[in-house]
Parts: sequence; C-alpha cells; structure tokens
Amino acid sequence: MSTCPQHIFEYMHEYLDGDISREHEQELKQHLKTCTACQEHMHQLSDAVAFIKSAAQVTAPPHFEESVMKRLPRPKSRVGIQKWLRRHPFLVAAAMFILFMSATLFGSFHDDKFSVTKQPNLIVEGQTVIVPKGEVVKGDVVVKNGDIVVEGEVDGNVIVINGEYMASSAVVTGQIEEIDQMFEWVWYEVKRMSKDLLAPLDKEKN
Amino acid sequence: MDALVKKRIKQVLKGDQNAFADIVSLYQHKLYQICYRMLGNKQEAEDIAQEAFVRAYINLHTFDPKKKFSTWLYRIATNLCIDRIRKKKPDYYLDAEVEGTDGLNMYSHIANDEQLPEDAALQMEFQERIQHEISRLPEKYRTVIVLKYIEECSLQEISEILDLPLGTVKTRIHRGREALRKQLNEL
Repeated sequence: MSTCPQHIFEYMHEYLDGDISREHEQELKQHLKTCTACQEHMHQLSDAVAFIKSAAQVTAPPHFEESVMKRLPRPKSRVGIQKWLRRHPFLVAAAMFILFMSATLFGSFHDDKFSVTKQPNLIVEGQTVIVPKGEVVKGDVVVKNGDIVVEGEVDGNVIVINGEYMASSAVVTGQIEEIDQMFEWVWYEVKRMSKDLLAPLDKEKN
Repeated sequence: MDALVKKRIKQVLKGDQNAFADIVSLYQHKLYQICYRMLGNKQEAEDIAQEAFVRAYINLHTFDPKKKFSTWLYRIATNLCIDRIRKKKPDYYLDAEVEGTDGLNMYSHIANDEQLPEDAALQMEFQERIQHEISRLPEKYRTVIVLKYIEECSLQEISEILDLPLGTVKTRIHRGREALRKQLNEL
C-alpha cells in the first residue's frame, strides 16, 4: 500500500466527498483495477462510512421541551425596564434634562475667562474685584476666575468661582460661597436653577 | 419551516417567551442527536442540548436573520460539546472514555475477569458499537464525522457551523474516515 502514490488516497476521499473531477475518477478507477491493496483500502473506507450512516436516529426524551422552557431565564428584566420607562415619562424627561444640562455645565466650567457681575460701584483691578470702603453694593456679586476683596458692604450674596474671597471688616448680608471644584460648581448651578424654577411657584403661593 | 422559525424568533425578541417552545420543538431531536453522538452519554447529551437552547434564547438578538438558524444553533451545541469533551468534568459516567486509554471506559475499571475490553466490544449490540466507535474518534474528527454522516450536513454547512475553512473541514473528514477505518479493522 505504501508504494502507491499518496494522491490516490486523496482521490479516494474526493470520491467519497462526491467532489471528484472526471480525470481524478478515471485515474482512481484505473489504479484500483490493478492494485488490490488500494481496492481493499477503498472498500474499508466505504464500509466505515456505511457503518456510521447506519446509526439509528436518536430522539430527545419526551419531557425535553418542557425542561428547556423551565431553564430559560425569566424574561422580565428587559421588558420590565421598558415598562418602567413607559410608565414614568416625566422622570425620564427629567433625567434627560439633567443629563444634558450637566453636560453644558461641565463645559462652561472650563471657560476660564475672568468675569464679574456688573455693579455700578465695583472697582476692577486686573483679576481682582474690589468693593471699596464706604460703598454699598446692592444685589449679588459673582466673580469668575478672579478674586474679590470686600472692604465696603454687599447687600446680597458673594460667589467666587475659581478664586478667593478676601475680606477684613466687610459686611455681606447674603451668603458667601467659594467654588473651586467641578462638583461644587455643578451643585451651585443646579441650586440656582431650581431656585429660579421654583421662584414663580413661591410667588403664586404668596 | 424557515418562515415559521423567523416569525417565532421575532416574537421571542419582542418578549414572548412561549414562542421559543416552538423553536425547541422543531430542533430538539436534531440537537439532542448531535450532543448524544458527540458525548456518547444520554444524561450529558440532554444537559448540553438543553444548555444550547438556553444559550440560543439568551443570545437570540445576536442571530443574523439572513443566515440559516439551524447552522447557528448547531454551532452553539457543537461548541458546548467540544468544551465538555475537553475539560472532562469530575463527575464520571461509567461509559465515558478514560483519558489516555484509547477506548477504555469506566466499565473496564470495574473488577471483571470475564472478558477483555475487545471482547466486550465484539459482544456489544450493533448500535452500541457504532456509538462506541464514534466516541473513540478524537474530538476534532468526531465533530465533522457526526455532522457529515449523522446530521447529513453539507461540507459548506459544516464549515459555517465550526467556523473553519472548507479545506480544513475536508482534511478532517478525510482523516476522520481513515481513523474510523483503522478502528474498525483492529479487531
């Protein structure tokens, strides 16, 4: 058998696969006529195939389908979320709103230009805002990316974003806040917005 | 059948779990058969075939509806079978082959002075013997031989199921046939 060319065995398998070319088939047949060893080999291969093909069809046990259905995970998770979303459109809208708003807030935090609320009697020296002695500033003062020195009086809130609040004998009627962290900044903006939003409601109550 | 299967798949994806029962019903025997022939053991075959359906259910959204569902399903099942064969779990079945013994199973470990394993093979019923010979094939060849001659898949389908090039599938089938021929002529 070992003396026969290797391609003869390849042709045998091509033949068994059913994709043998006519030339190969001719060559194989010619060879098998003269070589009993290869004839035997071919027979054994065909027998092996016939042997496997004679395996009986097996079927799944009777309770199979039921068992599979029992093993499936409960379908609620995805459907549940969808249901919840459908039932609470307002919450979804609010969540979306907060998401987009915070995105813009994060964006604006990085804006590092110096700015200050315009009030008639404030003095601006470079990056420092001064409330002069003896002066009374009416309303809130917001300083962004700069410092504030209060020597006079502020009748309102003082908010410093990314800067420092310096005062000696100042009088501030409102709150003083220094914001230099992103979260504080966002928190401040959210507080401000909710105050603005709720303001009309408070008025209605009154 | 394809149209029905596609309809059921859509229903399952919309959340109708019961529609999956029809899919199981349609493919259960084919899938069980692959697993049984691959693993040579009824309990394992049932377990793995069920697992294959569960995985198909969980991953149904990844199925490409342009393709043949059976190919996708068979692929899940054959992969699970191959995994199972490779890391033979610690729980033993009596007719599971013992590693490194080429065809010996746990029965041959039970004290038995009446017959040698070869004689046992001779005395097996014909159908048992077929399964015995399939189980003796190395896993690489067993998979292609089972798909080709028991499930009657085309070479192209086998190549898709196993995600192997057509040439590799052919080579494995050729070697599988040779291995089988050798096994059958040992006795």
